[in-house]
Amino acid sequence: MKYDFILENAPGKKYFLLGNEAVVRGALEAGLDFASTYPGTPSSEIGNTLHKIAKKAGIYFEFSTNEKVAMEVSAAAAASGLRSLVFFKHVGLNVAADAFMTTAYIGTNGGLVILTADDPSMHSSQNEQDNRHYAMISGMPMLEPANAQEMKDFVKEAFEISERLKIPVLVRTTTRVNHVRGIVEFGELKNKRGKGYFEKAPEKYVPVPANARKMHRELLKKIELARKEASNSPLNRIELHGGDIGIITSGVAYNYIADFVEEYNIKANILKLGFTHPFPAELVERFLKTVDTVIIVEELEPYLERETRALAQMKNIHVKIYGKMDGFFPRAYEYSPDVIKDALSKILNLDIKSKNYAPEEIELPSRPPVLCPGCPHRATYYAAMMALKQLKIKDAIITTDIGCYTLGIQPPYRMADYLLCMGSSIGAAVGFAKATNQKVIGFVGDSTFFHASIPGLIDAYHNKANLVYVVLDNRTTAMTGHQPHPGLPVDGLGDEAPYVDIEKIVRGIGIEFVKTVDPYDVKETIKVFKEAITHEGIAVIIAKRECALIWDARRRKQGTWWVYEINQEKCTQCGLCSDYLACPAIFKKDGKVYINDALCDGCGVCATICPFKAIEKVEK
Amino acid sequence: MKVGIVYAGVGGQGVLTASSIVGKAALKSGLNVVMSEVHGMAQRGGVVVTEMKIGDARSPLLGMGEADIIVGFEPVEAYRILRKAHEDSWVVVNTEPIIPTTVSLGAGKYPSVDELIAKMHGLKVIAIEATELARKAGNTITTNIVMLGALSTVPTFPIDKEILKEAIKESISPKYHALNMTAFELGEKAAKEKIEE
Repeated sequence: MKYDFILENAPGKKYFLLGNEAVVRGALEAGLDFASTYPGTPSSEIGNTLHKIAKKAGIYFEFSTNEKVAMEVSAAAAASGLRSLVFFKHVGLNVAADAFMTTAYIGTNGGLVILTADDPSMHSSQNEQDNRHYAMISGMPMLEPANAQEMKDFVKEAFEISERLKIPVLVRTTTRVNHVRGIVEFGELKNKRGKGYFEKAPEKYVPVPANARKMHRELLKKIELARKEASNSPLNRIELHGGDIGIITSGVAYNYIADFVEEYNIKANILKLGFTHPFPAELVERFLKTVDTVIIVEELEPYLERETRALAQMKNIHVKIYGKMDGFFPRAYEYSPDVIKDALSKILNLDIKSKNYAPEEIELPSRPPVLCPGCPHRATYYAAMMALKQLKIKDAIITTDIGCYTLGIQPPYRMADYLLCMGSSIGAAVGFAKATNQKVIGFVGDSTFFHASIPGLIDAYHNKANLVYVVLDNRTTAMTGHQPHPGLPVDGLGDEAPYVDIEKIVRGIGIEFVKTVDPYDVKETIKVFKEAITHEGIAVIIAKRECALIWDARRRKQGTWWVYEINQEKCTQCGLCSDYLACPAIFKKDGKVYINDALCDGCGVCATICPFKAIEKVEK
Repeated sequence: MKVGIVYAGVGGQGVLTASSIVGKAALKSGLNVVMSEVHGMAQRGGVVVTEMKIGDARSPLLGMGEADIIVGFEPVEAYRILRKAHEDSWVVVNTEPIIPTTVSLGAGKYPSVDELIAKMHGLKVIAIEATELARKAGNTITTNIVMLGALSTVPTFPIDKEILKEAIKESISPKYHALNMTAFELGEKAAKEKIEE
């Protein structure tokens, strides 16, 4: 199997690994027993890798219903003495925050590592919050790896720190360490513990106020112990290059700095921090005393910078500090070699000649991400659009949710007017339904339905909201790479599992208008949308059809492939397929409409809507 | 030694697979390599760019002018990323366009491919019909391997052709080895002819 090498006890062997794969290896080298997650970019490949190897490795692994559940599941396993890993994207930690905060109070027996995958520049996210703040508000120690090798090594070390201090450790990663590939040298695998045993001790594990007060004092003691560890940790190091300029940096920013200092032969000493919370004050104090200028380079929020400025003030150290609080470095978006070059050129008065090629400016068409060819959501959006058109409703409010289908925001569908977070499409729909007289349609995916939508749906029913709620059930967690969810008959270990029927849940709440449609049956889907939109009260449509990528992969494997092409003699260029369905495989050239055979996946939705029967199937 | 390579194309063209294969080949050659890729939402029919440094480097991203080689799986995407090139860069580009839906919907115009290639003046351009060559090899899905075949002919590309082929074989099911080797050779041959021109 493709991932078996991760389980190999081959110290010294080198692989070209994705940062997220290296996380799994690091956990295995720490003797991982237990893991849980909810998928989210840029953390998803950690779960995908565990999904493939956990059973063989004898590890318990689950795709939890949401991040909060994942946090609770792993916290209990760690309380039972097992080494446990819980991971999610940055906003996933918001969902898990309630459990997360108290886990810091309760502490842990087995090592408990919580990995957050932040997304500076928001490649796949709704915000770029800096989750280093979560270490500050919880008190947990935090590590920030800078490359694929460190992803492995730091995760391994995080388990040791956690078990030593009896506190969970936060590993803060960002897209450019999660999704970076680099050479990773393996270490030795450690034996697992298997099953744990929970020693009952309510005074330690039940934070009723009397216990919680003691726990907080305990936590503060642990933070001070961790602060001492941080200052002496091998994860923090100084690279000497001579001179009296110092640079303090952490995470991926270190790489740009290290390359820059080398390339332009800058005399600057680098303090590379890997153990960043509690702030290693003693170490930074020693470093500040060796330089007269210090430049702080970190993506997003000025966490290291604030701590450094406060420390310099408190210790009365006179050193010129540059960072983002004085405007030299940006506070938004991820860094790059160019960001570093610009800022350091300004601070150090460097005159760096550019050798860039300057391409002639020409207008290029934009290429935003779109729903894939064959995507069942496209057919559903087309049906919703046509139903609204036929009913002459122009101002329907479309609440959307987090998943591939958020791409319905693109023209021609424009099926997205409001979005907050996972599961918000139903809560927000209730709000709009109550606050306005407009028609409200909420869209949600199957995995997101289970994740955080059921309380909202109960709210909608109980409070008699008048709205349409559409579950786009494509039988997978598609956007993050096709992980299973509770609606599927398979679990995180790859074993058979009982599945939850969405229609039964909706009916179980008490909702009466519930219809399941196949979106490829466009005519029927339009009809059901019209019924739902004109229905008084809450109407739920379940648009059920598996993700096209899964369907495509299966047919490629079987060797059964076909595409569609346009019979130019019958085509009248009416534009229904190209302008309203707008599949990326369909394109116009010199006034005619064509289908790109390399992109077409043979779904045939365009053929079913063509009024002139001009789209024909071609076997390949 | 430090060689910067940018791979640019459209989601579904196998850009990630191709660049990962080069990374594995670099490791096999005893070279350091670091590469940054795109996952998640950005992949869905949108622009896919992976950036790679082979040799003494740590940064997972390339600055302006740091790409010694640009591998453009699609002509517009190749042009869009040219700002990462420098005056001596090589550009390997597939001439077959993938027209974005924005163009079909009237928001933007797809430029003429010949004009695009002509406007890459000053750079060392190897323009090949990679998708068509993949069709010839037996399946358009091998377009990315055609591109690797072409990349292997670039004089500044630091990896031996045979090692690259080994890395391809290790990354692809044996069932498809013959198909992909044909694709590789078609790309290689087409690129060589272009270089000789």
